[in-house]
Amino acid sequence: MSVIATEELTKRYPRVTALDQLTVDVPEGVTGLVGANGAGKSTLIKILLGLSPATEGKARVLGLDVATEGATIRERVGYMPEHDCLPPDVSATEFVMHMARMSGLPSTAARERTADTLRHVGLYEERYRPIGGYSTGMKQRVKLAQALVHDPRLVLLDEPTNGLDPVGRDEMLDLIRRIHTDFGISVFVTSHLLGELERTCDHVVVVDGGKLLRAQATKEFTRTTGVFTVEVDTNADGSDGTDDAQTALVGAGLPVERDGRLLHVSVADETGYDTIRDTIDGLGVGLVRLQQRRHRIAEVFLGEQSQAPQTEKETADA
Amino acid sequence: MPSSEAVNQSSARGTGVIHDIGYRHYEGPRGGRRQITRALYVHSLRGVFGLGRAAKSKIMPMGLATFMVLPAAIIVAVMIFMGAEEPLVAYTSYAIIVQAVPAIFLAAQAPQTVSRDLRFHSLPMYFSRPLTDRDYVAAKWAGMTSALFILLAAPVVILYAGALLGKLDFMEQTGDFLLALVAVLLLAALLSGIGLLIASLTPRRGLGVAAIITLLAGSYTVVSAVQGITYELGSEKLAGWAGLFSPMTLFDGAQVALFGVDSNTPAGPPGTIGKVVFVVVLLAVIAGSYALLSLRYKKVSHS
Repeated sequence: MSVIATEELTKRYPRVTALDQLTVDVPEGVTGLVGANGAGKSTLIKILLGLSPATEGKARVLGLDVATEGATIRERVGYMPEHDCLPPDVSATEFVMHMARMSGLPSTAARERTADTLRHVGLYEERYRPIGGYSTGMKQRVKLAQALVHDPRLVLLDEPTNGLDPVGRDEMLDLIRRIHTDFGISVFVTSHLLGELERTCDHVVVVDGGKLLRAQATKEFTRTTGVFTVEVDTNADGSDGTDDAQTALVGAGLPVERDGRLLHVSVADETGYDTIRDTIDGLGVGLVRLQQRRHRIAEVFLGEQSQAPQTEKETADA
Repeated sequence: MPSSEAVNQSSARGTGVIHDIGYRHYEGPRGGRRQITRALYVHSLRGVFGLGRAAKSKIMPMGLATFMVLPAAIIVAVMIFMGAEEPLVAYTSYAIIVQAVPAIFLAAQAPQTVSRDLRFHSLPMYFSRPLTDRDYVAAKWAGMTSALFILLAAPVVILYAGALLGKLDFMEQTGDFLLALVAVLLLAALLSGIGLLIASLTPRRGLGVAAIITLLAGSYTVVSAVQGITYELGSEKLAGWAGLFSPMTLFDGAQVALFGVDSNTPAGPPGTIGKVVFVVVLLAVIAGSYALLSLRYKKVSHS
């Protein structure tokens, strides 16, 4: 079942079109929404929460229509805002408990869920101290806790890794992964950094200028290709074996692309693998590396981006 | 005992899983919009008095509440000691006499009630829940109004208790007392609407405090001066109309009109038309401030 489904979703403001006929289908699991700043990510989240009407098109969240069933959606969904939104003078416990009450939980349940949730996001004794003294990583955990405290079926996380150092970023990404694997809650997470979603998400949706660039399972993005990378040792006499290997492989009928000391060899089927091995063996040079190449999402994104050069800068960030 | 606790804590911190019994789903009851609004109302009302917040948040509201009831207690003591035949201070006059206290209370606590969520950008987390902007406004307004009502009604209750202890006429006192409760409810609604509206326009608490106190104290001072001068010059009518332009004198004129009590200003509302106008303006300001507050949050919730 899809947790989010949009159909030609369009949002026009007087001066800009934030979403342009966006049709996506988000299945259960962890899904990343990638796009540069201003690509329409926050607009999409607002529409999905039923807080902002779409100009055209339809959207359903957990099977509920955003236009007519917004209140029910907001009961079952958790939302973590992008920007700093925490009062500094109350403790994480007080704050998250208040937010649990604001989700309709009775006070006893709110207290229990708050303690549980803060523990799950990794806040321990510091949860009794005022939030003002927390690090960015701890604040992000509090924001995540308030989105999870009412046990939603889906959480929408807006740039949860923003402002975190590399270690904090990894911890947050692990936590996001666990929200699905351990808690059974689907996650829709936005980021302008493509790379970090690679290992966290099951699916990735790429948007740019409010348009869908690509929506795919992560494993398809990074699927294995029919390209092997071959690296060989120098010959016994000290000359470079790469030239000989290239010649031999081409002679064996395989297309070869040279990249310094690396040879990228395209193979059509299983036998190509054997051909490479036998050809190199026949030359008598040492085989240093024989590796199946995988796409990285970034490459796919770069490929798409060449058609949309205006966002090159953000791609460089990714 | 402390040592084993320390061990427990450090190991909990080290591995993060020592007490981990896995994620548990919540199957219990969930309140809808009405229950959430009520929870926010109670939270706001408690917050106005600093309950459930740090000790220093209680100093101001609790101190002011003490100043509010202390004179009433003294009046009652004097009244009983003297064996007075009449209440020394009318129930409907008390709020006007000590008006500086509710004014400071409003100025201090209205920004606390609304501008925190604005300043710390917490509103998106409210509005991503079933609660709507209208529910939010209703809860905050009701919380502030209830708090002011408690503050204004408490001394009236003390005065009434004193009157009964002093063996004044029960029926007469009870009637006056109940009218005074309705009157302070109107005053609470009036002050709450104005205070919250001003506070909601600025995320900066200090600015909100200053703006509210300036409006209440400033307008009262100017209106009183105008009333004094025009009254001295023999224009009682003009002095009466001037009362429209400050919340406290507007309220006073309206309670004169509604309950037939004596005015606490040099001149009450002039004639029958004046009385009608004061009541209408009072209700319009209450409704208007509420409507503007709602508009303000409609805008904020969509930004």
